[in-house]
Amino acid sequence: MTHALFTVVGVAVVGGGLYALVRGPASWRAGVAVLALVLLVSGAWYGLVQAPPDREMGNVQRIMYVHVPAQWMALMAVTLNFLCSVAYLFRPSWPKDALAEASAEVGLFFGAVGLVLGSIWGKPTWGVYWSWDPRLTSEAILLVAYAGYLALRRFIDDAERRAVWSAVVGIIIAVDIPIIWFSVRWWRSLHQMQSSPSTVDPDMVRALRWNAFAFLALWLVFLSTRYLIARARTEREMAPPPMVAEAAT
Amino acid sequence: MSAGRPPSLLGATWVLVRKDLLLEWRTRARANALVFFALATLLLFSFALGPDTTILRRAAGGTLWLAILLASVLALGESFRVEQENAALDGLRLAPADARALFLAKSLANALLLMLLGAVILPVLAALAGVTLVQGPGPMAVVLVLGALAIAGPGTLYAAISSQARARDVLLPLLLFPLLIPALVAAAKATSLVFEGDPMLQFQSWLGLLAGFDLVYWSLGFVLFPRVLED
Repeated sequence: MTHALFTVVGVAVVGGGLYALVRGPASWRAGVAVLALVLLVSGAWYGLVQAPPDREMGNVQRIMYVHVPAQWMALMAVTLNFLCSVAYLFRPSWPKDALAEASAEVGLFFGAVGLVLGSIWGKPTWGVYWSWDPRLTSEAILLVAYAGYLALRRFIDDAERRAVWSAVVGIIIAVDIPIIWFSVRWWRSLHQMQSSPSTVDPDMVRALRWNAFAFLALWLVFLSTRYLIARARTEREMAPPPMVAEAAT
Repeated sequence: MSAGRPPSLLGATWVLVRKDLLLEWRTRARANALVFFALATLLLFSFALGPDTTILRRAAGGTLWLAILLASVLALGESFRVEQENAALDGLRLAPADARALFLAKSLANALLLMLLGAVILPVLAALAGVTLVQGPGPMAVVLVLGALAIAGPGTLYAAISSQARARDVLLPLLLFPLLIPALVAAAKATSLVFEGDPMLQFQSWLGLLAGFDLVYWSLGFVLFPRVLED
């Protein structure tokens, strides 16, 4: 029950924040960017100094404080992309298309960061950078898939076709996520299970939470900025040529 | 077909499949090119993996499906290129052919072509890699059918999109390959089990995964294809 409540409140706060950043003046985005920077610096301090080293992995485990938040942000962005794609096909509108584009690119960025951090973590703990672990492998496949999605968007000049086709591709990729996950897990498995906050030192939980909020602020800034760029580009594409516009006035 | 009444979905699909197969049969250019392309790929794999027959034998399942997958990109791209000559696709939609029937027909024709391709290159692979069908031809045929359907379903949808984009030759594999990885894993594993025997009884699970993939993407293609074609 409390979990459901947290989720609803969280979605409302994040959605409201995104809306405010997109509609509000540019100084708001700058403000959140500064906030993200402050949070990142203090999160690094919590993660590197305040939290105790892991019993088995030692100091190496501290990479978790940035690896996990990056993956959470990637997951949120990909979910947003799926929701926008479905919503666009039901009721087309340019904001949904722009948000789909922004979330795919931001998801690709955070996913790539999480993937690189994960494989750096893998080297000292598993002995290899790349272990064909199901999570990392699935994520690598998805990153290539979303790179294809973004390439598709670049290769179609007609704005309306681009919106419809990329919504179709966005849905198809999202549906592939569980299938990829199952196939790769049958294929091979090595990843550690997640720990629950109740079994972990409170300082560790605080370091992770702090970094998660830092990444969330960064996510909001990236997403809103990228959204505004996408909107501006579609508007320029749809606008009549300057001569026509002059003649009309 | 009686005049005046629009054909049923299956009726239209049947007509369109016949049209595609007839087009193919008249020249056989695409099928011939595909077979030789896939054979060249098999030879390349054999040279790349070296003359060691134990390695070739263990890699045979993956080799077969990579050869089919690489050839499929050419087949899928071509199947929509012919429709763009003389705006044949617009003509079909004005006919009026249901877009969903168009999807079913194109996917089925492509799948049949890929099944044929697999059946032709399989004996060559058996000779090159020194494998035999330990499980018999029946399971192999099932894997070929399900695998060809897995490539053709989403492949046809993506080919319809990429055929109208710039840089379509790059775009189709870029979109299709990551999507097909689960199908590739399942088909390659199942084929290896056919070649080497299945002591752990894993064959059914991989077939199940492949069949599930087919079901999901053929239904999704059926629903989404009309949106891809509309203007």
